[in-house]
Amino acid sequence: MCDTCGCEGDSPVTYNKPNEEHSHDEKHEHTHEHPHHEHPHHHDHDDKHHSHDPKHEHGHSHGKEIKIEQSILTKNNSLAERNRGYFEAKNIFVLNLVSSPGSGKTSLLERTLKDIGQDLNFYVVEGDQQTMNDANRIAALKVPVIQINTGNGCHLDAEMVNKAVKQLNVANDAVLVIENVGNLVCPSLFDLGESKRVVVISVTEGDDKPIKYPTMFHSADICIINKIDLLPYVDFDVEKAKNYALSVNHHLKFFEVSVKTGEGMEAWYAWLKDVEQHK
Amino acid sequence: MHELSIATSIIEIAEEFAVKNKGANITKIEIEVGELSGIVVDSLEFALELAIEKTVLERAKIIITTIKGMARCKQCGNEYVNSDWHTACPQCASMDFDITGGKELQIKSIFIE
Ligand SMILES: Nc1nc2c(ncn2[C@@H]2O[C@H](COP(=O)(O)OP(=O)(O)OP(=O)(O)O)[C@@H](O)[C@H]2O)c(=O)[nH]1
Ligand SMILES: [Mg+2]
Ligand SMILES: [Zn+2]
Ligand SMILES: [Zn+2]
Ligand SMILES: [Zn+2]
Repeated sequence: MCDTCGCEGDSPVTYNKPNEEHSHDEKHEHTHEHPHHEHPHHHDHDDKHHSHDPKHEHGHSHGKEIKIEQSILTKNNSLAERNRGYFEAKNIFVLNLVSSPGSGKTSLLERTLKDIGQDLNFYVVEGDQQTMNDANRIAALKVPVIQINTGNGCHLDAEMVNKAVKQLNVANDAVLVIENVGNLVCPSLFDLGESKRVVVISVTEGDDKPIKYPTMFHSADICIINKIDLLPYVDFDVEKAKNYALSVNHHLKFFEVSVKTGEGMEAWYAWLKDVEQHK
Repeated sequence: MHELSIATSIIEIAEEFAVKNKGANITKIEIEVGELSGIVVDSLEFALELAIEKTVLERAKIIITTIKGMARCKQCGNEYVNSDWHTACPQCASMDFDITGGKELQIKSIFIE
């Protein structure tokens, strides 16, 4: 966000493939004049469904009311549906990987690509605010990848994925893994058109993560509990974490893994290879 | 701060609306935000305040209404307030419920003159 006014305009989203020079910027028009006039906002944090502004009941009218009843996420949702249609037509299985920063999304991907990269045709979209680091880690494994840098944006959205996927040129019948920006809050609201949403937590985080960030756990299909090699050193109760997660979403399916030692990875691979079944 | 992108979407919808309605002057906009929508009302307000400058909402009155999270118990049919996704049914203690309200994130009405 820019320091002057808090807008996102100053940091364009960029799309880069490792070892390619140019980047495709989305140009944002932006000026920094902020004249200060008054804007009379007012809000009610009312518990009732229909709150009317009491101060204005008798004052001047606000004109003619036109019912809109339109979801604010309409634009993203319809673009996500368009992505989904495209993926379905090309029989591409798409995962949206979300987690707090550092839970091990890229490590999980790297190990997965090393272990079963021969069996499935993988493509990767990396989302981070800055750097090509994660894309470079994937490119080192000779897997096609594109890095989206969101600048100050805290999540990927359907439009970014749409643009990235066009540049990636994903083959039919492939598996596309989208690693979202490390953040357990914002990405939960933005459908990308994925087939399944995978939330990763690591045992170095609290076991109450699922109820601290319920919106994300509610929206996910799969929950991977990573870094179980560290269980002897931390107070993380796996059963408790699972029960918390189930309390916000009883459809969640779990994998307990250590990307480092490889423990538990076979079950995850079996699920992935069975993609046809959960498309 | 995804509230910023939400604020931007609200303004986009309002601008499209104004164009469709031949440049009507928007005097007021009513927004509904559910407790389970993942949006923090205060942050949204803050974001809107910054974002509406020089837009069709610049002079509009902005009313944000919070809607309670609601669940219906699948065991006993009780409908109750569930503001955090994981409140058990107060009547039978079951955790088996459907969320029936509180996910809203919508523009309810626009007022023009
Ligand atoms: N002990 C242990 N460390 C792990 C494991 N998996 C990942 N790590 C470490 O955790 C750190 C973060 O891993 P990343 O894969 O970069 O995490 P990420 O989720 O991609 O992070 P962001 O992209 O920044 O959100 C690295 O130092 C990894 O080596 C694991 O199973 N066990
Ligand atoms: Mg990463
Ligand atoms: Zn600015
Ligand atoms: Zn955010
Ligand atoms: Zn009940």
